[in-house]
Amino acid sequence: MTTKKMAIIATKGTLDMAYPPFILASTAAALGYEVQVFFTFYGLQLLRKDLSDVKISPLANPAMPMPVPMPVMVQALPGMETMATMMMKQKLAKHGVASLEELRDLCLEADVKFIACQMTVDLFEFDKSEFIDNVEYGGASMFMGFAGDTDICLFV
Amino acid sequence: MNFDKEFDASGLSCPLPIVKTKKALTDMASGQVLKVIATDTGSVKDMQAFADQTGNTLLSSTQEGGKFVFFMKKK
Repeated sequence: MTTKKMAIIATKGTLDMAYPPFILASTAAALGYEVQVFFTFYGLQLLRKDLSDVKISPLANPAMPMPVPMPVMVQALPGMETMATMMMKQKLAKHGVASLEELRDLCLEADVKFIACQMTVDLFEFDKSEFIDNVEYGGASMFMGFAGDTDICLFV
Repeated sequence: MNFDKEFDASGLSCPLPIVKTKKALTDMASGQVLKVIATDTGSVKDMQAFADQTGNTLLSSTQEGGKFVFFMKKK
């Protein structure tokens, strides 16, 4: 049986959008897939050693369930993002959902390959020393070399 | 049912029961049986799908006192 492959392009750096790539990558790896995740634009935030800046915002996120209805003007107040993030993290922990750090570690343990888009690293002037060690740097062509041969390819 | 190792995934949500079951199986020998206990309702279908896709055998999948119990035989 040939090894199945999955490629994911992770472009978002918010708490809610950080979960799908890590959940799918760790699960696919557990199922025996060879997995690569290409982090580009805001997705690069998910490669930082410190993930505490990965937050969720209720602003422009009307589908987010809120404990009490909240006007947009109130959502825009200082501190709302931090509060929403804290509440979401509490909810995730209460339901036994792994933290992003734990899921990312499980991916690395299972040999999921992380690729950081060199162009956007340069564009946003990210300091590579802020990223975890197990990251390769490359461009779209390098990623296509793998993605072109996959069974599943997702854009998140 | 006899088993060689037990993994309690109680309280863990998707994808941890599956990802950690895979980890628990890693250092086991072919033919050995892993008992997994889980509380995540999604794990019933996920554990079967895991077995189908990895070639390990799900010997049984039952519910005992609000928990799901699986016996997985390593390929």
